[in-house]
Amino acid sequence: MYGNDVIDPDERPSVDPTVPLNAAETEAYDTALAHDDQREQVGSDFDALIAADQRIEPRDAMPDTYRETLIRQIAQHAHSEIIGMQPEGNWITRAPSLRRKAILIAKVQDEAGHGLYLYSAAETLGIDRAELLDRLHSGKQKYSSIFNYPTLTWADCGAIGWLVDGAAIMNQVPLCRCSYGPYARAMIRVCKEESFHQRQGFEILWNLMHGTESQRAMAQDAANRWWWPALAMFGPPDTGEAAKGGHTEQSMAWGIKRFSNDDLRQKFVDMTVPQAQKLGLTLPDPDLRWNDERGHWDFGEVDWDEFWRVLRGDGPCNAERIEHRRRAHEDGAWVREAATAYAAKQASKHKESAA
Amino acid sequence: MSGDTTTTGAGAPAASPDTPERSWPLWEVFVRGKRGLSHVHVGSLHAPDAEMALRNGRDLYTRRQEGVSIWVVRADDITASSPDEKDSFFDPAADKIYRHPTFYDVPEDVEYL
Ligand SMILES: [Fe+2]
Ligand SMILES: [Fe+2]
Repeated sequence: MYGNDVIDPDERPSVDPTVPLNAAETEAYDTALAHDDQREQVGSDFDALIAADQRIEPRDAMPDTYRETLIRQIAQHAHSEIIGMQPEGNWITRAPSLRRKAILIAKVQDEAGHGLYLYSAAETLGIDRAELLDRLHSGKQKYSSIFNYPTLTWADCGAIGWLVDGAAIMNQVPLCRCSYGPYARAMIRVCKEESFHQRQGFEILWNLMHGTESQRAMAQDAANRWWWPALAMFGPPDTGEAAKGGHTEQSMAWGIKRFSNDDLRQKFVDMTVPQAQKLGLTLPDPDLRWNDERGHWDFGEVDWDEFWRVLRGDGPCNAERIEHRRRAHEDGAWVREAATAYAAKQASKHKESAA
Repeated sequence: MSGDTTTTGAGAPAASPDTPERSWPLWEVFVRGKRGLSHVHVGSLHAPDAEMALRNGRDLYTRRQEGVSIWVVRADDITASSPDEKDSFFDPAADKIYRHPTFYDVPEDVEYL
């Protein structure tokens, strides 16, 4: 949902504490940057381009279902970025210091930018941005259900940056290699900008964990509430038995998705547990333990009933988020009208002076 | 974004009064990273006029000092070569290898040549 997609099965588990905290700076990201263009040899046939791991570009012929899948995924990704401005935006006026306020404003502004890059990428598929916003406002299209949870304390801003942006990066890094060129390029830009989001969140929690007793309790409470929703961000199970009937297989065949939801979730857990230990936080999962045989952390089952409930509208903040989004859009109407009128006036003045 | 002069830009739905931004043209944004470099295409955006496109382009594509200069060009005003004609279009240059310095046989011990 938030750019669902990650893991090279051959890659070592990232439980090494020397692994960078910044999940965006990985090999996968470098690989995407170093994409090798072989169009010259491969030609312009869709299946041949996909088979050769080449990018599909807007003017290329592509199956309708590929186009529709991408429009839906990119739109939902874009919606997630702009709805995602709200939970943290909620704390801008109450950030504990000028430094934190400036950081938070910059982060929320970045998320707006991510939304715009993505709407632009969607538009290259022949859909209008205004149409996509209509679909968001009318509930026809969804956004990541993570943003339907409230930010109750300042520590939640830490937990969001650390866990939610951390999970988003995990999804987004493989999308830098997505078969659709404009989406892949938008993701490269986004990942570069995400680098500080996760780190500033970690830093907020780090500071709280080195503060007073009640600050530590606040940080722990935030981790308790955000851990499971963050794991749910990777989407429902899609490997083994669960692979049947889902769309993972098709998305993988098309090179839109590179890793299963389950692989990404595992990779996220493997990356995050050592970070939690470093912070001194206890993750709220009694089943969490290192599995030597698998070389991964074992963890418990996400509450998928809750996931579907929240996705379908019954989360703590669904109504509030959409209502806020609609109101912001309607309240901005006069600005858009004024800008249009001003542009028209300038254009006619220009014409007059030219005549 | 990114090199993607689109099919939507030109054929966007007609303006409707309640959503004026539907009629806002698409602008392609080019940024000069630093003095001495060329402007490079970075993406696109919608804006009512060139002035707003510049300002939005600054906020959208240069939040981290990525540029010292921005161009915005209406996507409609760009004429692009067609990918279908790529071969025939660029063909004339293919057999003119004498345009490259490596074509020429010269003695190895001549300097500065
Ligand atoms: Fe983002
Ligand atoms: Fe972010």
